[in-house]
Amino acid sequence: MSTRSIAGTGSIAGAGSLSESATPLIQLRGVSKTYGQGQAAFLALKGVDLSIDRGDFVAIMGPSGSGKSTAMNILGCLDRPSAGEYLFQGIPVQLLERNQRALLRRYTMGFVFQGFNLLPRTSALENVELPLLYRGVAARQRHVAARAALERVGLTGWESHSPAELSGGQLQRVAIARAIVSQPLMLLADEPTGNLDTQRSHEVMELLAELNQDQGISVIMVTHEAEMAAHARRIVHFRDGQVARDEIKEPAPCC
Amino acid sequence: MLLNALLLALGEIRRNLMRSFLTLLGIVIGVAAVITMVTLGNGATRMVAEQISSLGSNLILLRPGQRLGPGRGSLGAPSFKKEDVEAIRSQISGVQEVAPSVAIGATLVAGNNNWTSSINGTSNAYLSTGNWQLEAGRGFLEEEERAGKSVCILGDTVRQELFGNHSPLGDAVRVKGFSCQIIGLLAAKGQGAMGMNQDDLVLMPLKTVQRRLSGNQDISTILIGLRDGVEASSAMQRIRSLMRERRKLDEKEDDDFNMMDTRQIAATLSGTISTMTGLLGAVAAVSLLVGGIGIMNIMLVSVTERTREIGIRLAIGALEHEVLLQFLIEAVVLSAIGGLLGILLALAACVGLASLMGLPFLFDPAINLMAFGFSASIGVIFGFMPARRAAQLDPIEALRHE
Repeated sequence: MSTRSIAGTGSIAGAGSLSESATPLIQLRGVSKTYGQGQAAFLALKGVDLSIDRGDFVAIMGPSGSGKSTAMNILGCLDRPSAGEYLFQGIPVQLLERNQRALLRRYTMGFVFQGFNLLPRTSALENVELPLLYRGVAARQRHVAARAALERVGLTGWESHSPAELSGGQLQRVAIARAIVSQPLMLLADEPTGNLDTQRSHEVMELLAELNQDQGISVIMVTHEAEMAAHARRIVHFRDGQVARDEIKEPAPCC
Repeated sequence: MLLNALLLALGEIRRNLMRSFLTLLGIVIGVAAVITMVTLGNGATRMVAEQISSLGSNLILLRPGQRLGPGRGSLGAPSFKKEDVEAIRSQISGVQEVAPSVAIGATLVAGNNNWTSSINGTSNAYLSTGNWQLEAGRGFLEEEERAGKSVCILGDTVRQELFGNHSPLGDAVRVKGFSCQIIGLLAAKGQGAMGMNQDDLVLMPLKTVQRRLSGNQDISTILIGLRDGVEASSAMQRIRSLMRERRKLDEKEDDDFNMMDTRQIAATLSGTISTMTGLLGAVAAVSLLVGGIGIMNIMLVSVTERTREIGIRLAIGALEHEVLLQFLIEAVVLSAIGGLLGILLALAACVGLASLMGLPFLFDPAINLMAFGFSASIGVIFGFMPARRAAQLDPIEALRHE
């Protein structure tokens, strides 16, 4: 077990020193997840071992019920494993309380969801500013950072539009801008192209690949479309709660 | 952090303007009702106090019967006689004036007009004990009182009803078959402490009323005006023993008459009114409570409706207490805005109603502050449950919520 203290979470955000690169970004060791109890207990993950390096772009594939969403929730610190260890940058997430995991998410992770999950009746700019609000960033800096993030995803000029006034592709790009505005270590995308047509899907995938390439943000994405998974460097196939196949097409650009 | 939460809450209220307005309507009405009731009640109390002091502050009313009350007061107990009035005047120290009074309802006719009023058989002393001013004409002459002449002094309402705006001095009115000459007019006094019209009366010499209207020698009320600086309670004590003696009551018997001084009436009335004010305020407070439940209801709906939003916030890294604070502040801001609007509404209602009801408008900062504080704390109390529910949501479940 790691000796790193949890109190160090705050400093992880900016951490990118060489000493860190020795530890993989993510290590799952025999991670299991059980839902329900007794007779009705359902084993969603059965002893998953997985290691993901900093700067990688991983697609997680698998049929429904394969445990890929459960794995995603655990990787995103939204949930805790029932058994086994999850080390995020060496931090044993399985030992963290709800609020500690929230802080870990706040300072290191960005989320993109299938259903976009933007705040309704709220401008794109305000949506993108949300993570910074919880980080306690001052208003002026929030505006600057949110504008930059929107520019990065190609939405300059759409800042004041509310979600109802944007197309699906634009919504997902706002969501991506929200995920990257806080310059996270890791971006977690759960079926980010699930609600988009093929062309918009490829645009979103290219955007994710660029962010991975140019900004070194590690991207972990759940998808069931092989075509989309092809954008990733590495594809992890889940089946029946276990890793069935691990395809490394291109190594993570580590060091 | 607190400022952030405040901004979030304000933003949320702005985004749901209509719903927010409807939510705080309950608080607005509750606060406005409480403040209006209490303010008008205070005004009424003040007005009664002023009116009673206008009656003449050192006045004792002596009536037959054990208790003051309409109709039943004199039941069984003998009335007073002229000799009682004389006895009080001559034997009780500290008495300035004593006026007998017997009141009979009767219809007065003048030309084509008629008006039913209260005919008050009394003496000139009635004017000073009752704090009446003569607008025109004169009081009764001693000879008129002694002989029971048909002369009368009209109250302002009676004059207007029978003669309109012209002065009827020297004219006559007909009362139950006899004609009565108008020798004086009373200055208007306005509404009385119990809401009755004080100006709706006619004064005649006691003897005239006894002979021509009541047909007996009874006196129903004796008004006793005390000299300045005379203690009402000690004067009442002296009058009491005199009356007990004159009415031949032995020691075991209760008084068969009662006395009230105007100060006591004032205290009784103010007490009654402030009880009423308290009661109305309490009823209004219940509506404030209902308003609070309305806030809780809307906040619960809001939490359910915004489950997904809460999920997003939690996933992004909001802490439990931050979400709790956001919703709590939203509820408090809502109810505080409701409280402020309620105060404004109450102010408008008080000014309007006070002038409509002829009450003085007394602004009471304490009740305004109290109602505002109460409404804000209602936000805390009724906002807490929904806020905690929001904060304890599971982010995964919340994100999946449709």
